[in-house]
Amino acid sequence: MAEPAVPTAIPERADSQPVEMLLNMGPQHPSTHGVFRMVLWVDGEKIVDVEPHIGYLHRGSEKLCEGEQYHQIVTLFDRMDYIGNFNNELAYCMAVEKLMGLQVPERAEYIRVILCELNRIASHLLYVGTMGLDAGAMTPVMFSFRGRERVQALFEAVSGARLMHNYFRIGGLKEDVPDNFRQLVDELMPLLKEDVEQSDRILTFNEIFLSRLKDVSPITADEAIGLGLTGPMLRACGYEYDVRRAQPYSVYDRFDFEIPVGLDGDCWDRHWVRVQEMYQSLRIVEQAMEQLPEGPVASSLGRRLVRPPEGESYVRAENPRGEIGVYVVSDGTDRPYRLKVRPPSFCNLSALRRLLEDTWLADSVVVLGSLDIVLGEVDR
Amino acid sequence: MSFLINLAWSALGLAIMFAVLSLVVLSLVWLERKALGRLQLRFGPTRTGKFGLLQPVADAVKLILKEDIVPNDSEKAIFWVAPVIVVVSAFVIWVTIPGGENVVIKHLPLGLFYIVAFAVVGILGLVLAGWGSANKYGIMGGLRSAAQLISYEIPVVLVAAAVAILAQSLDLREIVAAQSSYPYMVVLPLGLVIFFIAGLAEVGRTPFDIYHAESEVVGGPFVEYSGAHWSVFFLAEYINTFAIAALTALLFLGGWGGPGLPDVVWFLFKTYAVILVVFWVRGTFPRLRIDQLMAFAWKVMVPLSFYTVIIAAVYRFYALPWWTLTILSLVGLGVAGWIIYRRMSAPARRVADIQRRLAARRETIASSSST
Repeated sequence: MAEPAVPTAIPERADSQPVEMLLNMGPQHPSTHGVFRMVLWVDGEKIVDVEPHIGYLHRGSEKLCEGEQYHQIVTLFDRMDYIGNFNNELAYCMAVEKLMGLQVPERAEYIRVILCELNRIASHLLYVGTMGLDAGAMTPVMFSFRGRERVQALFEAVSGARLMHNYFRIGGLKEDVPDNFRQLVDELMPLLKEDVEQSDRILTFNEIFLSRLKDVSPITADEAIGLGLTGPMLRACGYEYDVRRAQPYSVYDRFDFEIPVGLDGDCWDRHWVRVQEMYQSLRIVEQAMEQLPEGPVASSLGRRLVRPPEGESYVRAENPRGEIGVYVVSDGTDRPYRLKVRPPSFCNLSALRRLLEDTWLADSVVVLGSLDIVLGEVDR
Repeated sequence: MSFLINLAWSALGLAIMFAVLSLVVLSLVWLERKALGRLQLRFGPTRTGKFGLLQPVADAVKLILKEDIVPNDSEKAIFWVAPVIVVVSAFVIWVTIPGGENVVIKHLPLGLFYIVAFAVVGILGLVLAGWGSANKYGIMGGLRSAAQLISYEIPVVLVAAAVAILAQSLDLREIVAAQSSYPYMVVLPLGLVIFFIAGLAEVGRTPFDIYHAESEVVGGPFVEYSGAHWSVFFLAEYINTFAIAALTALLFLGGWGGPGLPDVVWFLFKTYAVILVVFWVRGTFPRLRIDQLMAFAWKVMVPLSFYTVIIAAVYRFYALPWWTLTILSLVGLGVAGWIIYRRMSAPARRVADIQRRLAARRETIASSSST
């Protein structure tokens, strides 16, 4: 039998037992969520060790940012986490606004929050669907994609694009939302709520789903913090940490919402936390729609070329996948001197080896699914 | 001379069987896609022919015309012969499965025994397919299929034996005749449940589609197969599904017995009803893990099927009234259901516990911050 070409040697094991088989999973594998590659050492059906390989989607986004003007970079952020586009755009715009000391109009802030929370729901719906597929259930993905499709229809009405919106601008928005925005959202909300509930009902408490996910790769809060996990991964361990609450940005301090947390930090808790977050996001959108003020959506900057003063800024925000950090260094020109992103998926993925300890081969798929990675963001 | 005539008749019978089964497979493919589509907010095929009825035909033509790739490293002979073993074993059991009082290719007095014996041969084909294709996912899937199918063969055989004990015959015609007053699902509901679940595992259907799980071993034994070879596996899978559904109908639902309509119609009606349940399960459940599957087989299914055989034998030996068997069977079903429920709901109970502890913690935090 042909050995797959793996550049690394088989690791020594403490108990010096023979490693049974080396299994190359990905980058062409239906459940590696894109082009991720795992080299698994398996002993029958048990996983002995894993070596993650990334970089198949590397486009050098951070370096590309250095050659683009500040406003052009928004599109690059769309393409990093291509499931949570608005959240990514928001983090970048906030970083540059902080550098320039720009005040964003109220209305723009509210619209940003509404779109970001809807995007969080769309992202988590995608997660629920793919989690179902990873666990072997075909139907939840259809239910959840209906909801995601509805959200994307709204995004298209607002920004003109279903995925790569390029709608947020430094200091505000590209343009105001369409006149019937309120009507669109009012029509969307009950339908979306139903979609979330349906995809929740069909999967979350299904007996087989529970027995597949519960107690799979549990992790304590201390360990999770040590590994740098953020977002639902960390909250599943019972640690109430959410950037929206810990260090409120935009207008998040004006809304009443809960931070759902798990307790065991296993795969099912991660799933449950994400499902509960969708309900909380719906609450935030409802409140934001009630408070949505009238007014301009662009700052005094207008559409002029952005030239931040010399300096640097770091901003963090709560993405659907965890905490994103954007670090911008400006040398006073119209292009950033350096731009660094702390992508949540990448940091969560780095815990893979720990999470796959003492699991079965079939669990590797579920654990990877519960990480909810987006390879565009991991590789950048 | 009479030998030759017999041979000609057998050949004709086999040709008819092949044609009918191919038609059945086409109808099953269409039905599955439509049923799953309806469960999943979709339409299923609509474009090819009326209601997409020609879609399976188009698929079959496409599959046969596709290139049949044989991997360089594969064991060519094993790689080639494995699908043949699988499909032949799927076909030959249909020689003696009757679709009506006289609708059968070859009536065998030991029909049930023959079916059970030949159904196992297909496993060999799956293991060989996994082994011969020189692919690690294939080997993984082949070994999984060996473990899974052999484990679930035992409950199937034992429950079939219980039915044979009840009917005092291994002849499917007599088994159906014995159900003329009431179908065996009334006296052996436990047997029906075991047979259906183990049957799902036998043909590798959700939630037991572990050996060809797409998200883990990407097709398992079939991963290196393409074109006509792959379509042969596909054919065998659907024929096996149909066979399990037909056996469920014959052994527990009274076979072709029913008022008014011709016997073949009743048989097909009951079989397709069972098949629709199979598709419904597929559209609803996730997949079990291999260790959970094996534990389920050996800790739940096998003991229960032994229980079924014992109560059937006791009932027959002491000539008890028929409702005692129903009660005994329902007791077994209840006990099994309770055990499975406890086992399966353990995480759910823990979730409730988590919620309670979280609420308690929130309360303590709130009270400490307010004071």
